[in-house]
Amino acid sequence: MHPIVATVIQRLFLGIATLFVVSIIIFSSIEMLPGDFGQAVLGQAATEETVAAFRKELGLDKPAYIRYFDWVAGVIQGDLGTSFSGRAASGVDRSRPVAELIAPRLWNTLFLAGMTAIIAVPLALFLGITAALYRNTYYDKIVSASTLTTISFPEFFVAYILILLLTALWPVFPSLANIDVSTPLGERIYRSALPALTLTLVIVAHMMRMTRAAIINLLANPYIQMARLSGATQREVILKHALPNAWAPIATVIAFNLAYLVVGVVVVEVVFVYPGVGQLMVDSVTSRDIPVVQACALIFAITYIFLNLLADIIGIITNPRLLHPK
Amino acid sequence: MSKNDILLDIKNLKIEGFSDEKWHPIVKGVDLTLRRGQIMGLIGESGAGKSTLGLAAMGYTQPGCRITSGEIMFDGVDLAKLSEGKKREYWGNRITYVAQSAAASFNPAHRLIDQTTASTIRFGIKPETEAKADAVTLYDALNLPNPNMIGNRYPHQVSGGQLQRVMTAMAMSPRPDLIVFDEPTTALDVTTQVEVLTAMRKVVEEFNTAAIYITHDLAVVAQMADFIKVLRHGNEVEEAPTRDMLSAPKEDYTKSLWSVRALEKDPIKEQAPILEIKNIDASYSKVKVLNDVNISVPRGSTVAVVGESGSGKSTTARVITGLLPPMTGSIEFDGSTLPNKLEDRTKEQKRRIQMIYQMADTAMNPRQTVREIIGRPLEFYLGLSGAAREKRVVELLKMIELDERFIDRLPSELSGGQKQRICIARALAAEPDFIICDEVTSALDQIVQEGILKLLMRLQKELNLTYLFITHDISTVKAISDQVVVMNLGQVVEQGKKDDVFSPPHPEYTELLLSSVPEMDPDWLTNLNKVRQAS
Repeated sequence: MHPIVATVIQRLFLGIATLFVVSIIIFSSIEMLPGDFGQAVLGQAATEETVAAFRKELGLDKPAYIRYFDWVAGVIQGDLGTSFSGRAASGVDRSRPVAELIAPRLWNTLFLAGMTAIIAVPLALFLGITAALYRNTYYDKIVSASTLTTISFPEFFVAYILILLLTALWPVFPSLANIDVSTPLGERIYRSALPALTLTLVIVAHMMRMTRAAIINLLANPYIQMARLSGATQREVILKHALPNAWAPIATVIAFNLAYLVVGVVVVEVVFVYPGVGQLMVDSVTSRDIPVVQACALIFAITYIFLNLLADIIGIITNPRLLHPK
Repeated sequence: MSKNDILLDIKNLKIEGFSDEKWHPIVKGVDLTLRRGQIMGLIGESGAGKSTLGLAAMGYTQPGCRITSGEIMFDGVDLAKLSEGKKREYWGNRITYVAQSAAASFNPAHRLIDQTTASTIRFGIKPETEAKADAVTLYDALNLPNPNMIGNRYPHQVSGGQLQRVMTAMAMSPRPDLIVFDEPTTALDVTTQVEVLTAMRKVVEEFNTAAIYITHDLAVVAQMADFIKVLRHGNEVEEAPTRDMLSAPKEDYTKSLWSVRALEKDPIKEQAPILEIKNIDASYSKVKVLNDVNISVPRGSTVAVVGESGSGKSTTARVITGLLPPMTGSIEFDGSTLPNKLEDRTKEQKRRIQMIYQMADTAMNPRQTVREIIGRPLEFYLGLSGAAREKRVVELLKMIELDERFIDRLPSELSGGQKQRICIARALAAEPDFIICDEVTSALDQIVQEGILKLLMRLQKELNLTYLFITHDISTVKAISDQVVVMNLGQVVEQGKKDDVFSPPHPEYTELLLSSVPEMDPDWLTNLNKVRQAS
């Protein structure tokens, strides 16, 4: 077996192990939330007995570890459970499976993340590489200053500025990104433009700065001086000699930012009324809809672990020491 | 162009470097003339400006350096006045460079053959297929194993000595007029160095290429150069044809450059062994690195352990200190058996064996002052504190010939030799009987080396210390040891008194090792290769 396959399998197992630890953390932190669904729905006026009966119906009366194992066993079989909301103390049950609830939201989130990534990643790489190439020139300074400016503002502020500019002053894009399953692709892209642009401005700086730093960091290496003394131009030095050795740190930062696009964009979702997973999770926390919260948290954890695994793999295949062992 | 045309003519060259917010002179007005096909050796200590001058011969200055005046006439063009873009047309084309550490100077991301031929193809000297075929010819001429295949490998897949030869092939590929060799064999073992030197000399002669050969080792440069220029503090000390320079160096400074070789140790009275390691086998995970090693160290003496990298010298030190518990075997220290593991040893047992490392830089906490560095073992082993501790630190500083002003300094405010002295003081603070010196002088210049070695010898006499001195440098061994242990591939080849080990007959490996140490004789390499070919 090629050592890379072995490493990837090993990382995969580590990822699964991490996921288990995370599931414990998710479960116990939710346990620590004050109050529960029963109380939240029934309100202050409910008697002890009604709350207890409702809890029993939801299975909340079982000890925590049993509920944890029930949940994990369900997830392993692909069953994320049933949402609490839609149930009422009166016995009416209009609840839906968690998967059904999350799926369209998750698709929206992934769509927005993907759209942002398609704009932001190439842009950040281009800016980072050119900034390294023209280091300490005005170009470099302007790129660094402007990307740092956009990252320094809070997301909602960037969002409102864009709305002001691109909706109010020059009406190019709609300010509301209310899409649903039936929205056609072109319309979807058009309506998601502003949130995607906002997120691009938020994440480009980090990736661009790291790309520039990773390349410049390598310029002190003796093999860079050697390349120069072999007559290589600055462009050749950066693209042929530094960049191939810089992919591992760059991939790590890109993975981190892509993960952020999936798990951390609730503010932008709220501003543009974009129906993503972030909003769903926040709503579910408020209403103590535990199965949904748990499922969202788990999806976020999987996103992080998967993207970091991907970055690791890129780090390995771009490192000849690992790709071509002795 | 006739053969003896002047190729390179440097006149009154001055170079400055920027540090501590100021420009400091590095090269202070040096002349250098080189004709086609000639080899010039540049020697001097670190800081002499030899590398700066060597790079300047290409018109190149390191980042943070600048040429302030003078001219660098290369084949009728002043490189000092050319723009970066114009100079680039010379680099990798008519002038090439061989760097000190081949391992660090090859790009880890590309195959060797692509790096060998990159500039030849870039400048259109040869088309790709022809350049690659030529590279294979060069690999063959440089005695690289499997010349057809080695180019397809990545830098990390071949050994240091092989990489250095590939780099020579890379420098030779565009058939330059001039090659600058910057300490190309310094990082290699002596036996590898011989092969690399032979190969480099062969191709340089074959293609009648002019070369500048930078090194701090006079014996090495003697094998390569037609004439030698000695530099010190950015000035020329003297220049002479190699044979004249070796037989009759004019300046005192030049003579001092091989002073370590002249160091002698008085014979000592034989005492009973303080340390004996018996039948030691040790391994890193599954790789066995020591195989039935037996070493006996008499009290008050210096036992030198010599061998190439990978011979198990440093592993032996790790076994003695308990850092690497052996699989089998025992360590007897002063009449009793030491526990194999460090954590099983008592504080007193730990105190009596101390260690000094090769890189004084990394062996000290950069955030601690000399007071804290030396004071810590005083507190830990001897329970000294407050004024008593302070007094002892000053005493220790005196012992290593530094005055008490140094007590508040950080390692970054010390020179290389001073750092190593502080490390010696730290070892002495524990009042040990036995000190392991692991390549303690190999990172230092000849003259600084001499000072450290003299200090160690004086301390040994005064305190009846025992040293286990690990080194790959045979001239250091000759200078300071009473007994010598030769190691190879994890085994002891021989152990004996210095004079016995160094006088024939030798076991085969000792013979190879000793004969590979360059001598101050310009014919040494030629003669050695004749002898080796004959046998």
